[in-house]
Amino acid sequence: MKRIYLDNNATTMVDADVKAAMDPFFSDMYGNPNSLHSFGTEVHPAMREALDRIYEGIHADDEDDIIINSCASEGNNTVIKSAYYENILSGGKKNRMITSTIEHPAVSNTYRFLEKLGVEVIWLPVNKDGLIAPETLAEAIDPDTTALVSMIWANNETGLINPVKEYAEICRENGVPLHLDAVQAVGKIPVDMRDVKADFITFSAHKFHGPKGIGGLYVRQGNDIIPLIHGGEQMAGRRAGTINTPYLIGMGKAMELAVKNLDYEDTEVRKLRDKLEDALLAIDDVQVIGKRSLRTPNTILASFRGIEGEAFLWDLNQQGLAASTGSACSSESLESNPTFVAMDIGNELAHTGMRFSLSRYTTEQEIDAAIEVIKNAVARLRAISSTHNKEYI
Amino acid sequence: MSKDSLIGGSLWEQYSDKVTKRMNNPSFMGELTEEDAAEKGAKLVVADYGADSCGDAVRLYWLVDPESGKILDAKYKSFGCGTAIASSDVMAEMCIGLTVDEAVKITNLDVERALRDSPDRPAVPPQKMHCSVMAYDVIKKAASLYKNVDMSVFEDEEIVCECAQVSLSTIKDVIRLNDLKTVEEITQYTKAGAFCKSCIRPGGHEKRKFYLVDILADTRAEMEHEKLNTPPEEKTFSELTLIQKHKAVEKVIEQFILPILNADGGSVEVVDMKEEEGSTAVYIRYQGACQGCAASSTGTYEVISDTLKQKVDTSIIVYLL
Ligand SMILES: Cc1ncc(COP(=O)(O)O)c(C=O)c1O
Repeated sequence: MKRIYLDNNATTMVDADVKAAMDPFFSDMYGNPNSLHSFGTEVHPAMREALDRIYEGIHADDEDDIIINSCASEGNNTVIKSAYYENILSGGKKNRMITSTIEHPAVSNTYRFLEKLGVEVIWLPVNKDGLIAPETLAEAIDPDTTALVSMIWANNETGLINPVKEYAEICRENGVPLHLDAVQAVGKIPVDMRDVKADFITFSAHKFHGPKGIGGLYVRQGNDIIPLIHGGEQMAGRRAGTINTPYLIGMGKAMELAVKNLDYEDTEVRKLRDKLEDALLAIDDVQVIGKRSLRTPNTILASFRGIEGEAFLWDLNQQGLAASTGSACSSESLESNPTFVAMDIGNELAHTGMRFSLSRYTTEQEIDAAIEVIKNAVARLRAISSTHNKEYI
Repeated sequence: MSKDSLIGGSLWEQYSDKVTKRMNNPSFMGELTEEDAAEKGAKLVVADYGADSCGDAVRLYWLVDPESGKILDAKYKSFGCGTAIASSDVMAEMCIGLTVDEAVKITNLDVERALRDSPDRPAVPPQKMHCSVMAYDVIKKAASLYKNVDMSVFEDEEIVCECAQVSLSTIKDVIRLNDLKTVEEITQYTKAGAFCKSCIRPGGHEKRKFYLVDILADTRAEMEHEKLNTPPEEKTFSELTLIQKHKAVEKVIEQFILPILNADGGSVEVVDMKEEEGSTAVYIRYQGACQGCAASSTGTYEVISDTLKQKVDTSIIVYLL
């Protein structure tokens, strides 16, 4: 059976060029870049080149830092805990932190942990479009008491893109640092730090055809960061631990390719996404969450009435199609995906939501085949369903 | 926590083959109509349980012979995950041939057991147990409709969790039947508290009459009280199932033997039990400090063997592995 992968918001295939770029740095040029001998120094040009590509990719200034780390979860933890250490643990006046109800667990669970330590966290709700309105942030922010604002740039479940430029303006006016989780933005839409004046952003290479387990934390010049991991002097003392050279080099290549392909993403990937979305919407009682114009070009979150998400995912998987559900039934904890709850449409999305996310490797044949697979699964499961008795299509 | 818990996404790997098969090819899925009933001279019963908004809903159809009260045919429809569909499928099959009164006695545990590939390996991971609870509730609903009585005849229909439609008696039952000790376990088994969470403890977004924390505390207290006040089970040791025997042995080890061994940094685990002609073999293995200790093969062994014979049953023979 030829499988079809429409779960690219979870992770992506490593690009063959990325793999090739990494290859020499496992067994040939394996020196520790901190060593003074030739084994160490011969790695430097490729590392510098990778950093250049990553800086260019997000239009960072040479005076800014991009701390190379293990993943976006680490980056998010670093920023949030650093703000906590600096402002709150030290007994400062800025003792509140602001985030949203649609964050990835890498942010929301970090804040929940800080809540347990007694921090006051303000959780901003979404508007009818599924976005955090700038006014909502403007109302909650307080120059005297807000230590940090953390917002998701593009949401991993819905693909909805938040008005981050406006957030940055509001935060600047109030003198509060802004942290953006840009994991689902990088490689899907332009990310330009000259334009979006955020102080911190985080990303993970495996979401844009790089390897898993390497990421970046952008720190705009003038911002301090207290390391999450103390130890050696790597990353100018901001993140200890021997740098994963092959993966950094892989991330550099992946960034270069991702940026080159932004146009393709915006046109061809979008076209295929729209084709799939139109086909889904032609099925009875299917709802897609969020306006197309407000979403990343590769993502669809749809609700299929009368079909429980885990059963749906099961049927799709039986036919070789990989997607993702936030269904409560599919999670270890039986809890509905918080984004689904925040976006609540009559309490059903939490059980009937299915996410399809494409990549630049998705082909039209795959989309055509996926449409058939989805229709088959919908027909079978609606025939079993006790809550959907209508004939469909 | 354990090695197995370190890699996520193993939900489906924990389903038994029977669950997989039933999910892919449910045999009792479908509807029964008044025409089907008329043909067999039977009464049609259609019972609904759950709702879309809880993520689980099942409709059960029965054709009941009015003379004998026997269920002649059963079918179902299900809005639910794979486990819910597989459980409903087994449940419908189990109903056929039983009288309504017999069917009401089917529990979620029977449904789950029927889905096991081997008797000692659960058919589904713990958090999916709730799906079989649903199958058990709908039978009561069908029986109440057939007998034209309130469901409260079979259970006291005090709904504790509105989102998942879980009643007070269901919660008390699963606590007792499964010896649940935490609210999280109640949620895994029944789904109560999995959604809006109002029913877990006071202070949620909606005020409730009952809270899971209180029900758990009260039921555990009742269970303790009963344990102290009821004379030992009338059943003799030899009449117990192997699982019950195992529990009895474990309990005595925990209460009387481990305290002694733990004091010396040792421990013991029951590795296996087998029923033999006139005796019950208990295979044990030493752990911790007991392992290397020479005395463990004689003194400790005798203490364990004597204690089990005295406190559990004289038919026990302890084997040291
Ligand atoms: C929006 C968002 N933030 C953070 C993460 C975490 O990324 P990683 O698992 O690479 O740390 C993800 C990945 O799922 C994500 O989608």
